[in-house]
Amino acid sequence: MKFNLKALSVLAMAGVLTLGLMGCGNSGDSAKQGAAQALKGTITSSGSSALLPLAKEAAAEFKKKHPDVSIVLNGGGSGTGLKQVSDGTVNIGNSDVAAETKLPKEKAAELVDHKVAVVTVAAVANKEVGAAVSSLTQQQLIDIFTGKVTNWKEVGGPDVNVVLVTRPSTSGTRALFTEFALNNNQEVSNKSLETDDSGALIQSISNTPGAIGYVALPYLLNNTSVTPISIDGVAPSLENTYNGTYKVWGYEHMYTKGQPDAVQKAYLDFIMSDEFGKILEGKGYGIAAKVKTGK
Amino acid sequence: MNIESTLRNDRIWRHVIQGAGFCLLLLTIAIGVFLIYRGTGTFTTYGHSISEFLFSTTFKPEDTLNGGGQVGAAIFIIGSLITCGLALLMATPVSIGLAIYMAEITPSMGRRFWQPVIEIFVGIPSIIYGWLGLTILVPFIQRNTSSDSGFSILAASIVLAIMIFPTITSVTMNALNSVPKTYRQGAYGLGATRWEVIYKIVLPVAKHGILAGIILGLARAFGEALAVAMVIGKMKALPTSLLSPTVNLTGAIAADMGGTMEGSEYNFALWSMALLLFIISLFFILLIRYISSKGGASLASK
Repeated sequence: MKFNLKALSVLAMAGVLTLGLMGCGNSGDSAKQGAAQALKGTITSSGSSALLPLAKEAAAEFKKKHPDVSIVLNGGGSGTGLKQVSDGTVNIGNSDVAAETKLPKEKAAELVDHKVAVVTVAAVANKEVGAAVSSLTQQQLIDIFTGKVTNWKEVGGPDVNVVLVTRPSTSGTRALFTEFALNNNQEVSNKSLETDDSGALIQSISNTPGAIGYVALPYLLNNTSVTPISIDGVAPSLENTYNGTYKVWGYEHMYTKGQPDAVQKAYLDFIMSDEFGKILEGKGYGIAAKVKTGK
Repeated sequence: MNIESTLRNDRIWRHVIQGAGFCLLLLTIAIGVFLIYRGTGTFTTYGHSISEFLFSTTFKPEDTLNGGGQVGAAIFIIGSLITCGLALLMATPVSIGLAIYMAEITPSMGRRFWQPVIEIFVGIPSIIYGWLGLTILVPFIQRNTSSDSGFSILAASIVLAIMIFPTITSVTMNALNSVPKTYRQGAYGLGATRWEVIYKIVLPVAKHGILAGIILGLARAFGEALAVAMVIGKMKALPTSLLSPTVNLTGAIAADMGGTMEGSEYNFALWSMALLLFIISLFFILLIRYISSKGGASLASK
């Protein structure tokens, strides 16, 4: 489905103006919330599958307030979201990575970035190993993921072979981990077991002695089957992300092509509001505004 | 009058059914054309050679529109070939044995009991095989062998073998059942034992049908993504032993298709793999048609 952005925004604006001039919400049965009611339109969005649950939650909450706005959400991956918003196929493109990493420069420059959340990535290990090695230095972590360390006894653990369980190279989680935990050292792809999604990755790690991998913090909520590994003594947590001591995190982006129209802006503002922030943190994501030292 | 309306009805329905047939044909052609269009992008848009794609083991495509990576898919192709070959090696003897037992030794029991059991097997969704493999087979291999993780070629081929054995069995059984009764009666009449009848009469006559069953099984094994992907480990390395993890074509496509950007080099490389799978399955189907047409001729000439 293609929506003509301009026509849509003109329509939405016209709607806002008319209803505003008439003095009150005039949209039928549920005209209780006054001016807010006037928002009307459709938002289409696609992209990051990691961001999708969050977007869904936000859309559901948003629709409670603005029943006349319909929000169509799709996954497809960060790259797809970026390409589609750049082509004008969707209004909002969700991405784990900055647009510049996927799109040509001139295309990326047309997009406006809305940093809607922060996601922290933690290294996690099998419990057996995690009991002995609960913290690694960043250098040790790099050595493990680049294949220099192949047995846990080399970093003070038990005599068990290291089994790398990682994500495909197109994964946003992997991109974050590579950049901030491994200082852009590439993990050895020919020695690591790749897993399609973070849920399966956690299961593999909990079943495999000596396994180590990485997942986003939301997956570790209420999950104790694997041990999160501290890096240089700093535990992966939202507090440590906010206060700047834990480095392995990134923004979740929602891109619009040019400035968002009224309806889109209301939706984006809602996601970044304090009200939704509580839900966000409850799900293990971080609030972008709370991070002291931005990236 | 009556005849006329009947004839008219005939004509109408003939067109309807013909139309349905053409739709199917069109759909198949459309899928083929689309796959060719997307799958050749690796070679036309990004300028990679077909020999690089087929024989290089370096798979590092860029997920951008600029390209510049490497698209060697040999690891995936070899992974697919090895797991399917091993699965066939495991499944074929068991399947043919079971089919012989069902068709020749206990024919009535075979039809009433074994056949429905096998059919249920055919209908089990592949995710269930994969999940069972992941929760039972992989930990078992991990505990009892030198494998670090349990994810391995061995696990993948065992899962595949279990998945394709019902296919091979049921097709083989049909082939055995289609051997005319008179052949067996003739052989028994000449004083042959049951083993001699099976080995020297029934199996050679049903040979082509059995072969078709094996190829059908192989085709299913080649196209299976989910179950294999769950237990093979998806490590981008050539396997060194039965216990080492590797990756196959379908697994690689399934892992990355959601993450790549439409139109990027990575995306096109995956489409090329899909095209390769399409060509392979087309080849298998033609092979089956060739073999079964030969089988039909030899049966008729006897």
